[in-house]
Amino acid sequence: MNKHSNINKTDTLDINDLIEENKRSSSLVAWIEKTIPKALFFIAFLSILTTIGIVLVLITETFSFFQRVSIIEFFTGTVLRPLSQNPQFGVLPLITGTILSSIIAMLVAGPIGMMTAIFLSEYASDRVRGLLKPILELLAGIPTIVYGFFAFTFVTPLLRQFIPALGATNILSPGLVMGIMIIPMIASLSEDAMAAVPKSMREGALALGATKLEITFKVVIPAAFSGIVASFVLGISRAIGETMIVTIASGSSKNFTFDVTQSMQTMTAYVVEVAAGDAPAGSTIYYSLYAVAMTLFVFTLLMNILARYISRRFREEY
Amino acid sequence: MKIVTGLTNTAQPEKNLRKVFNTEDLNLWYGSKHALKGINLPIYEKEVTAMIGPSGCGKSTFLKTLNRMVELVPNVETTGMIHYRNQNILDKSFKVEELRTKVGMVFQKPNPFPKSIYDNVAYGPRIHGIKSKKILDEIVEKSLRGGAIWDEVKDRLKDSAYGLSGGQQQRLCIARALAIEPDVILMDEPTSALDPKSTLKVEELIQELKTDYSIVIVTHNMQQAARISDRTAFMLNGELVEFTDTNRLFSNPEDKRTEDYITGRFG
Repeated sequence: MNKHSNINKTDTLDINDLIEENKRSSSLVAWIEKTIPKALFFIAFLSILTTIGIVLVLITETFSFFQRVSIIEFFTGTVLRPLSQNPQFGVLPLITGTILSSIIAMLVAGPIGMMTAIFLSEYASDRVRGLLKPILELLAGIPTIVYGFFAFTFVTPLLRQFIPALGATNILSPGLVMGIMIIPMIASLSEDAMAAVPKSMREGALALGATKLEITFKVVIPAAFSGIVASFVLGISRAIGETMIVTIASGSSKNFTFDVTQSMQTMTAYVVEVAAGDAPAGSTIYYSLYAVAMTLFVFTLLMNILARYISRRFREEY
Repeated sequence: MKIVTGLTNTAQPEKNLRKVFNTEDLNLWYGSKHALKGINLPIYEKEVTAMIGPSGCGKSTFLKTLNRMVELVPNVETTGMIHYRNQNILDKSFKVEELRTKVGMVFQKPNPFPKSIYDNVAYGPRIHGIKSKKILDEIVEKSLRGGAIWDEVKDRLKDSAYGLSGGQQQRLCIARALAIEPDVILMDEPTSALDPKSTLKVEELIQELKTDYSIVIVTHNMQQAARISDRTAFMLNGELVEFTDTNRLFSNPEDKRTEDYITGRFG
């Protein structure tokens, strides 16, 4: 017994001594411990600064624009003719173009995305889900220029066989293709939200004699509602901000119309057109870029606020 | 050491009783694991039947076969028969939703829906097509009274069920099960997540419920089985070792393994 404890003393390291020793040599470690959080804070703060910077630039340049064009004319004008001798800067054609294309996109992406999410989360076997979800997410990675080309060279000619009045450029076709582009986003995010609903809750409903469909619509979807709303809002924001598809497939006519078979321009496409042409700095048309960008920014901001409100109002916390 | 049983044990001679369930040579496999081995067990009407045994003995599995919830586990296979009121529920043509409407279940962890107290109780009646506000109001009150929780929640029926304590949530889940007036209530260790005081309340509730319902309860707690059940089944490694009235099982077990288990020699 005695011999045994002797062996222990001499053969094993004294851990307390080691810890003590390391403590003494740890001034560098202490410095790193203190500095790293500060550096991380600085880097996090940088992104906030960038956002503030962008908003500030938008606001000041928009202000310059409204010194040249009245704010009332901008928001109520139905004619947009920036390049004419007698330029007019009504933003309404761009707003209707943006809203119409987003509505068409969401009419496609909303139902199909939700149905896909319900299938994946409630009905698909693990094997099928494991196969389908990565493919869906791959679809989300296709560059939008490819979608734009697809809309212009494939979808529009196809649609023209059924709708002869459809223009070579129109808002319907890019709207539909934007919807296809947004499906994976809504499906994937809604599926995540639905899959996160605890199993115990489904079991509770099953034990009451509920069918799978009743569980889906009366337990799972209400419980996942805030996540589903979030996916829809991200989808709408994506549709509002989408640029390439509409630029390619909807042309640049600044029509003020609700006829989706016609060519229209969205806010984003206007920014592309003007920025790609050489608008001289300081000209009214140059400042109009900022005013349109600001309007776009306010749109997405409002969407986000609305989404937050809806998801809080109807949230079922578990 | 013998466990003293309560005065509530009122098991009557079997021949005077009607069976709600009767299993015949029930076998169940999880993949290649033989989890239930030739179980022949009757469940009698308006009694509390307790299932005891060490972890993994198959008592919860047995409980879940009675409302076929066990089918949620992938790769489950069953043979034999389970008669519920003279219908074989393992028959593929038997509608599982119908069975679960008649055979309610209360789970180990309280699992209310993230809805109001009212909507939790009204959920069952609603999915079975009851829409009238007046009837629903009546059902909710009656069920909450049945679950011995009415007085605690009657002023906040519209509040979220998640604001209730664990014990209250469990009684709410019992009320939720009562709302569709089942024939049998299965309880899977309903008090294992509760504190002693809430446990006592649920146990008292079970005693009251057995005048109207047949109850099967899985429990880890032998004292609980002794206190509240009329009959007790002891399972070990997927086999039914002994099934008899609770007084006899705890005071004079026939099988050596039952005696070893209830005297705390293993398990």
